[in-house]
Amino acid sequence: MTAAPEHTAYPVGGMPPTRTPADTPPPADVARVRDLAVTVGHKPLLIDVDLTVRRGERVGLIGESGSGKSLTALAIMGLLPEDLAPTGSVVVTGQGPGGIARTTSVLEAGEHGLAAMRGRDVAMVFQEPMTALNPTMRVGAQVAEVMTIHRTVADRGAAARRAVELLDKVGLPDAAEAARAYPHQLSGGQRQRVVVAMALANDPALLICDEPTTALDVTVQALVLDLIVRGVEARDAGLLFITHDLAVVASVCERVLVMYGGRVVEAGPVLDVFTRPRHRYTRGLIGASDLDLSRPEGGLYTIQGSVPAAGRFPAGCVFRNRCTHATVECEAVPPWVGSGPEEGFACAHPVVHHEGGGS
Amino acid sequence: MTDVAISVRDVVRDYRRPRTSLTKPGSVVHALRGVSFDVARGQRFGIVGESGCGKSTLLRIIAGLDQPTSGSVQVGGVEISRLPERRLRFLRAQLQLVFQDPMGSLDPRMRVRDIIAEPLVAQGHRDNISRVHELLDAVGLQPEAADRFPHQFSGGQRQRISIARALAPDPRILVADEPVSALDVSVRAQVLNLLDELVQRLSLTLVFVSHDLSVVRHVCDTVAVMSRGEIVEMGPIGDVYDTPAHPYSRQLVAAAPRLQAALAGRTAAVLAAETLAARALSSNASSRNAVSRNAADSDPKPTPPTPEQTTPPPKDAP
Amino acid sequence: MNRLSRGAEAVMPPPGRRSRAGVEATLLVGGGIVAAITVLALVSLVWTPYDVGEINATERLATSSARHWLGTDKFGRDVVSLLMVGSRTTLLVGLVSVGVAAVIGVPLGILAAMVPKWWGEVLMRANDLLLAFPALLLAIMLTAVHGQGVVTAMIAIGISSIPSFARVVRSGAIGVMKTEYVVAARAAGRRPIAIALRHVLPNVGSLVIVQASVSFAIAVLAEAALSYLGLGAPPGTPSWGRMLQEGQELLFVAPRLEVFPGVAIALAVLGFNLLGDGLRDHFDPRLEDRR
Repeated sequence: MTAAPEHTAYPVGGMPPTRTPADTPPPADVARVRDLAVTVGHKPLLIDVDLTVRRGERVGLIGESGSGKSLTALAIMGLLPEDLAPTGSVVVTGQGPGGIARTTSVLEAGEHGLAAMRGRDVAMVFQEPMTALNPTMRVGAQVAEVMTIHRTVADRGAAARRAVELLDKVGLPDAAEAARAYPHQLSGGQRQRVVVAMALANDPALLICDEPTTALDVTVQALVLDLIVRGVEARDAGLLFITHDLAVVASVCERVLVMYGGRVVEAGPVLDVFTRPRHRYTRGLIGASDLDLSRPEGGLYTIQGSVPAAGRFPAGCVFRNRCTHATVECEAVPPWVGSGPEEGFACAHPVVHHEGGGS
Repeated sequence: MTDVAISVRDVVRDYRRPRTSLTKPGSVVHALRGVSFDVARGQRFGIVGESGCGKSTLLRIIAGLDQPTSGSVQVGGVEISRLPERRLRFLRAQLQLVFQDPMGSLDPRMRVRDIIAEPLVAQGHRDNISRVHELLDAVGLQPEAADRFPHQFSGGQRQRISIARALAPDPRILVADEPVSALDVSVRAQVLNLLDELVQRLSLTLVFVSHDLSVVRHVCDTVAVMSRGEIVEMGPIGDVYDTPAHPYSRQLVAAAPRLQAALAGRTAAVLAAETLAARALSSNASSRNAVSRNAADSDPKPTPPTPEQTTPPPKDAP
Repeated sequence: MNRLSRGAEAVMPPPGRRSRAGVEATLLVGGGIVAAITVLALVSLVWTPYDVGEINATERLATSSARHWLGTDKFGRDVVSLLMVGSRTTLLVGLVSVGVAAVIGVPLGILAAMVPKWWGEVLMRANDLLLAFPALLLAIMLTAVHGQGVVTAMIAIGISSIPSFARVVRSGAIGVMKTEYVVAARAAGRRPIAIALRHVLPNVGSLVIVQASVSFAIAVLAEAALSYLGLGAPPGTPSWGRMLQEGQELLFVAPRLEVFPGVAIALAVLGFNLLGDGLRDHFDPRLEDRR
C-alpha cells in the first residue's frame, strides 16, 4: 500500500489506493441500470430509468422530492422495500474475493448474494449520519466490523488497526481516541466522516452518496464533499452522487442525470447540461435555483405549480402540467433524443440554443 | 427613535444543561453572548449563521417566546424582554413569525381556515372567513383551500399557508426562520418572490434568518453574521457578501458552492481549500477572542476595544 | 437544517400506519363486537330467555340443549340469560371507570406537561404514588366505607386507572408542546388554555383513545376479579366476573361455566381494543388520501 499524497496540510486525506494504476482494468461499468421501473399499487415511482456508472467516474443524479432519485439508489443497493415490484435490470460489477470481478444481478439476486455485494462492491452514504450509525457501538468498532464481515482484513486486530487508519484518513483529529467514541460524542460533520470511512473501508467499486451533506453546515459540507471525491479518486471507484443542489453536483461530478417524476429527463456532461439545458424542466430548475438572476419584470425565475406527490405525475411528459411550452404532443411520452442513455433528453419542445451558447 | 422597529442591546441567553450528577449542577451553555443591533422600519434584516450559532434563540427572544438572561429587547419602542407571555398581546399584533418546517408548524388536525384565523381568534375576532379568503388570495391559494387539512398540500403551498397565518393580524414586522430551506428548488423561487412582493406591498419590516448567505443576499439589504452566540460582522449585504471582513464570514462565503463558479472550475477540492484557508484565519481570531472574552465580549456596533484589533472591525448597520 | 429530499420515505406510508381499508375493517369488526354486546345488554333490560333470579333445582348444570343453548349453572339458571344480564354490569363498570379515569387523568396529564417543569414533576410523583397504591386495597377500603356494590367497584377501578392516563397523556403532551405549531400558536397570541384545548388535546386524542381501550379491558378484568373476591357486584347481581367465580368450584365438572364468561370477557376486551385502534386511525386526518 502506498500512502496517498496529502493535498493540504489538513487531515482530509485521500485513501491509500489498493491498486496501482497499472493494474487498473479499462473503464468498466460498475453499475448498469436498464429500463428500471418501480411501481407501488398502480402508482409508477420509477419509469424506464437507464443509468451507467463506470470506474473512476463521478455521476450526479439530481432531482426534487418525488423525482425517484433516492429510490434509484436503493434499487442499485437491492434495498427496495418488499412491497415495491421492480422490473428491468440492475447489474453491479465489483471486485469479488481474490480480485476476480464479481457481477451481481441485483433484482434477481437473493438476500445472500446481496449481502455479499453491499458494503463490498457497492457502499452507500446516507443523508443522516446519526441514523446510519449504531448509537450503542463505538465508531471504531463499526468501521472495523464492515471489514470483518467481508473478510477483507486478516483478523480482528488488523481490522481495528485499519479502522483507526481510516478514521485518520477521513480527518478525525486523534483517530485512535476518536475510534473509542460513541456516535453521539461526535459532531454531525465528524459522524458523516465516520460514515464515509465505513463506506470506503472495503474499497468498493461504486460509492453511492444520497444527499450526504444536506444535513451538514455549509463549511463542513465543503470538506466532506472534498473527502468523498478524494476517497473515490484514490480507489478509482465510481461515484453516484444524489442531491437536489445543482451547485453541489457541479462541484463534484463530471456527468449528470436530471430526474423528474420518476424518469430521467435529461443527461449529459455537467457543463453541457447546466450551460445548455435542452429539457424545459432542466432549464426551469437552473433558472429557479439561480438567486442572482432576475426576470425583466423583477423577481426570480420560477417554475409554476408544485411538485406532485410521488406517483401522481401526469402521463406522457411528466413535466407537462407545469411546463409553459406543453402542447397536445406532450400527452405522449417524448422519445429520448441523444447519443445514448448518457447524453440526451426527452422533451418534445426542447430549448434551442443559438450559436454562441446563450440561451 | 421612531424609525427603529427592533432594538436589541447586549442580549445574553444562557441555558443550563440538565444535570448529570446529583452534586453538581448542569453545565451552562452560552447561546447568546451579548448581541446588539437595530432594525430600522422597512429594513430587510438578514441573520446568517450555521446550526448552533444562536440565531434561532435570538429569533425566539425577539418574538417574545423566550426570555434573555440579561439585556434588552425593544419592539416598536416597547421593552419586551421582561414581560410575561400574557402581556405580549401588543407584540403579537405587530410581529409575526414564519417557520422553517411548513409541516411541523401547522397543526395536522386543524383545517386551513382555523390555522390562518388563529392569530385573529387570539385577538378576540370572530367570524374571520372573509379575512381568511383575502389572505389565501394574497398568498396565491384558492379559497377552497380553507376547508382542507395541511397534509393535503405540497411543501410550498404549506409555506404559503404559514405566511398567510403570519399576515392575518396585519403585522408591521415579519420574522422568518429559514422559510425556504425545506422547500424544493423549483418552489423556493416562488416563495421568495411571494415574500418579496408582500414585504414590499405591505411595507413590512423583515427579519430573515437563514444558514444560506445567497438566499439572504437575495432577500435582505442588511445582514448580521452570527457565530457562537455573537454577531461577528454586520453591514450592507453587498459588502459582507462581496468583501467579507471577518474570517468567519469569509469562511461562509468560501464554503458555499455556487453553480456558475462550479462550472468555471471551482471543484470540491477548491471549495475545501478555500474554506480551510479561511478557517485558519478564523481559528486564530477566535483564540485571541477567547483570551479576552470576559473583558469585552462583543458589542458589535462600536469597534471592540482590544480583542479584534487585528481583524478588520465589523461594519455598522446603516 | 435542510429536509428537502426524503426520497423513498416520502413515498412509503409511515411505518405502523395502515391503509384506509385496513382501518375500516378494524373499525367494523371492533364496532360490531361492541355493538353486539351493547344490544345484548339493552335487550336484557326488557327480555331474557329465562328469569335469572329464578332458581330451578330440577335443571341444575344442564348441558347445552334447545331449551338452554349454553346450559344452566349450579342453581339451574340459564347461562345465556346470565351472560346477557351480566353484560350490563360489565359495560357499566368498564365505561364509568374509564370515564372517571379519563376525565381526571387527561387534564392532569396535560396540566403536568404545560406547567413549569418543576411543578410537572411534583404532579407526576403524586401520580406515581397513586399508581403504586394497589387497586384491590383501594376497593377493599372503599367497600369498608361505602359497602359492597357495583358503584364502589367502578369508582375504585376508575381511580386506580387515573395514573396511567395522566402518564400517557403527559408524555404525549410534552411532545406536542415542543412542536412548531404550538410555538406558532403562542406567537399568534394564543392563551395556554386555548392551546391546551385546540392543539394539545386533539393531538393526544389518539393516545387517549388507545389508553381508554386498554383501560376498558383492564376494568372488565378488574371487575371480574373484584366480583370473584366478593368485592364487586353483590350476590344476585349477575356479572361475568361473578359467573367466573361461581363456576370455579365446578371447573372439572362443568368447565363450560368457566369457558362461556371467559370467552365473553375476551371478546369484549378484543372488541374495545379494535374499536379503539380503529377510531384512533379514523380520526387521523393524515390518513386521508393526498389530493
